[in-house]
Amino acid sequence: MSERRDYDVAVIGGGLVGSAIGWGLARLGQRVAVLDEGDVAYRASRGNFALVWVQSKGLGMPEYAAWTRRSSDGWAGFAETIKAETGLDPAFGRPGGFTLCLSGAEFEARALTMKRLHNQSRMVDVPYEMMERPALEKMLPMIGPEVVGGSYCPLDGHCNSLRLLRALHTGMERQGAQYLPSHIVETIEPRGGEFHLVTTGGSVTAGKVVLAAGNGNARLGSMVGLDVPVRPQRGQIVVTERARPFLPYPVVTIRQTDEGTVMLGDSLEEAGWDDRVGSGVTSVIASRAIRMFPILKSLNVVRTWAALRVMTQDGFPIYEQSAECPGAFVATCHSGVTLAANHGLVVAPMIKAGRLDGELDVFSARRFDVPKS
Amino acid sequence: MSAAIRESCDLAVIGAGPAGLAAAATAARLGLDTVLFDEQPAPGGQIYRAITETPLSERGVLGEDYWHGGALLEPFFQSGAQYVPGATVWSVTREGEIGVSVAGAARLLQARHVILATGALERPFPIPGWTLPGVMTCGAAQILLKSSGLVAAGQVVLAGSGPLLWLIAAQYLRAGGEIAALLDTTPSANWSAALPHLPGFLASSYLAKGMKLVREVKRRVKVIAHVASLAAIGGDRVEEVAYRVFGGSETRMPVDTLLLHQGVVPNINLSTAIGCAHGWDPAQLCFTPVSDEWGMSSLDGIAIAGDGAGISGALAAEHRGRLAGLDAARRLGRIGDDARDRAATPHRTALARAERGRRFLDRLYRPAEAFRLPAPETLACRCEEVTAQQVQEAVALGVQGPNQLKSFLRCGMGPCQGRLCGLTVTELIAKARGVPPGAVGYYRLRPPVKPITLAELASLPRGEAAEKAVVRG
Amino acid sequence: MFRRAKEAGTARVSLSVDGRPIAAEAGDSVAAALLAAGITACRTTPVSGAPRAPYCMMGVCFECLVTIDGIGSRQACLTPVRDGMRIETQQGRREAGR
Repeated sequence: MSERRDYDVAVIGGGLVGSAIGWGLARLGQRVAVLDEGDVAYRASRGNFALVWVQSKGLGMPEYAAWTRRSSDGWAGFAETIKAETGLDPAFGRPGGFTLCLSGAEFEARALTMKRLHNQSRMVDVPYEMMERPALEKMLPMIGPEVVGGSYCPLDGHCNSLRLLRALHTGMERQGAQYLPSHIVETIEPRGGEFHLVTTGGSVTAGKVVLAAGNGNARLGSMVGLDVPVRPQRGQIVVTERARPFLPYPVVTIRQTDEGTVMLGDSLEEAGWDDRVGSGVTSVIASRAIRMFPILKSLNVVRTWAALRVMTQDGFPIYEQSAECPGAFVATCHSGVTLAANHGLVVAPMIKAGRLDGELDVFSARRFDVPKS
Repeated sequence: MSAAIRESCDLAVIGAGPAGLAAAATAARLGLDTVLFDEQPAPGGQIYRAITETPLSERGVLGEDYWHGGALLEPFFQSGAQYVPGATVWSVTREGEIGVSVAGAARLLQARHVILATGALERPFPIPGWTLPGVMTCGAAQILLKSSGLVAAGQVVLAGSGPLLWLIAAQYLRAGGEIAALLDTTPSANWSAALPHLPGFLASSYLAKGMKLVREVKRRVKVIAHVASLAAIGGDRVEEVAYRVFGGSETRMPVDTLLLHQGVVPNINLSTAIGCAHGWDPAQLCFTPVSDEWGMSSLDGIAIAGDGAGISGALAAEHRGRLAGLDAARRLGRIGDDARDRAATPHRTALARAERGRRFLDRLYRPAEAFRLPAPETLACRCEEVTAQQVQEAVALGVQGPNQLKSFLRCGMGPCQGRLCGLTVTELIAKARGVPPGAVGYYRLRPPVKPITLAELASLPRGEAAEKAVVRG
Repeated sequence: MFRRAKEAGTARVSLSVDGRPIAAEAGDSVAAALLAAGITACRTTPVSGAPRAPYCMMGVCFECLVTIDGIGSRQACLTPVRDGMRIETQQGRREAGR
């Protein structure tokens, strides 16, 4: 079945990046289509940890720390807007967050990383504190005896990311965006100032196209003159049954959700396109979590997940507009939760205007062309 | 009884029902180093539950079909297979690594070949109020009867459709239980639809047995046929059952215990989590694993026997178990193709005989759509308390299948991992989208398929690569 | 409401449920013992607080979750009774550490 439709923007990808941008564009009055795959797809958005995290971002690119901080600062307002529009609460909280260290060596390494991060010129102000055990115990009285200390940042927070995704889908529909599931994009043809997309659900034509398809962007980018060097990087998560609230602060690898479940992470694995879980990694995750919070040990694991992050060589996002095909954009990152506020409220207006602001130049994929000295 | 679990074996069989007992016995007798894991403390699975320990020793109560299960025990215990009861298998990988937990301690075992024999579970029966205390499955009542000699007291109503409904009613009455009414939800149109399969049924043993059971029950129990709707009503527990006969008005009956049953479906959680391919069976209205005539799944080294491969009943299960056991021996080089095929012949004949008449039963007792697709306010997912209406609204938002639905509404994220909601959710989505359930698919599951504690998970062996993947600077 | 149609003839077992003593027979599951003692609901759900009771008796529904000897979320239908067992109905979410 072939359908011709007219849109101002076709966003390819209905995950956290695509739906935030689609929502943002729709509420600016743009006619938007958000194209998505079917029920079984890689979907990094289903596997994330739901942190809205600032503390360790930007080592190697201080502009990323600034970009992150901006999104974190805007997140509360973003959450209120979403909640007001949809009735769905992303359950955002910003109590501050921790990275915990289980040995002197881990603590030293962490302290050094944070120091290097903050010593960068052009680094923005992000408050943090290296806390040794006595100070840590005051905030997290239930930490295990092996925890020697950690880093704390008052700007760190978390949300319910699956509810956020549902809220963005609900919100974008209410704002008039058209969600097109089972429309896997086979080709994009730039033609006469427009983009003609051939998909498994029919043809779609739009004035602009935004590639927000995660690891699928690599294939699509070449069709519109964009180089998008992303690769899958597996991460595994362990989830427990619901428990009464006991953990008021998120830790970078342990957080208690608003539903009471405890999420434990995470791993960095170069496993290609294999998104299956493995008992070795989940066992290590469980083990470290219990060492950090012994109270966890008798909770039941009800679920494990693996998902494929969308990873660049340096770990920073790619935002770029195509020089060869004006009107084609790419937005891709592995922090779709933290950056959701920016995507919906900052990037979407740029796309509507037809131009990414200069502040995003640093995120262009051309940075990978620079020969290393 | 169970010695320490070894680190490796030739064959791991999961489930000590008829298929598992027969498979393990067959394979072990042919020289395979075999371990049989089962969650219950005693063998028999569900159909032969408590066969070694039931207080109902008077054979007429549970009937000869039940006591036949005893014949599977001695061959198994004589075969040399290791039996590990009280063992919860929470993970099986396609490479044959078994994750199992016994008495709260988890460990891994490497098998060269695996036979899943985890059987069936009751089809979900999502009527309004089905989560109220006092509402249970007929299977639950049967287990209480067999294992502990308990019958429901007060006003007991059975509701649903299928041969097991009549069997359980009869067993209950023989044990001295009382049943106020049996509400039969079998649609009258099913009779004519089942007619083409009648010859097979007439030639089977089901006809005589079935008629005898129905007569026995109808003599003593008020049976109301053509029930088109049901609801359990109450505050903190069920107090009334409301029903409507096709074309009639609503009637209410006081009830203390409401027992529901509308057939059984394969328990596919383990086969799904392993990654075996499954297909929608439009005759049985459920997902079944893809398997060949030996029970081999779509993944080499993982076989499935018994009702877990497709509902065929207890006798068929034991014959399929023997076939899977023979094939395991052939694949691990103990016997050749010819020996396997020769040995299989009597089991294939017995299997064909055991399956005679089932297509008639499947069609006759096919549950009505009204009882598979709940009303909007009724819970589709018990664990996460998600209503049918919420599912339909999500489809209206563009959700294509149960996995995206899971991430939006949490259906399937509770401890039961979709065992009580999976089919309902798939059918609701299919109906809302106007596509067949096979096109919608099922939840993607991952281990642990049964909960284990974090401490247990943490205690498992892991290599350096796993450590490195997790512990970073 | 359940009654014994047939005694098992096995040893009597004493347990407590939320501090109250009940009797059971050796070989009963905890779920069977609760039902035989006339206990209607064994928990309230962590989602809405609705009362729930054993539904399937075969370990697949996870409705029969109770705290046994201080450890929460145990499936009562898969746990054989033992003399002196302390059962507590599980109210809402489990408490981490128990």
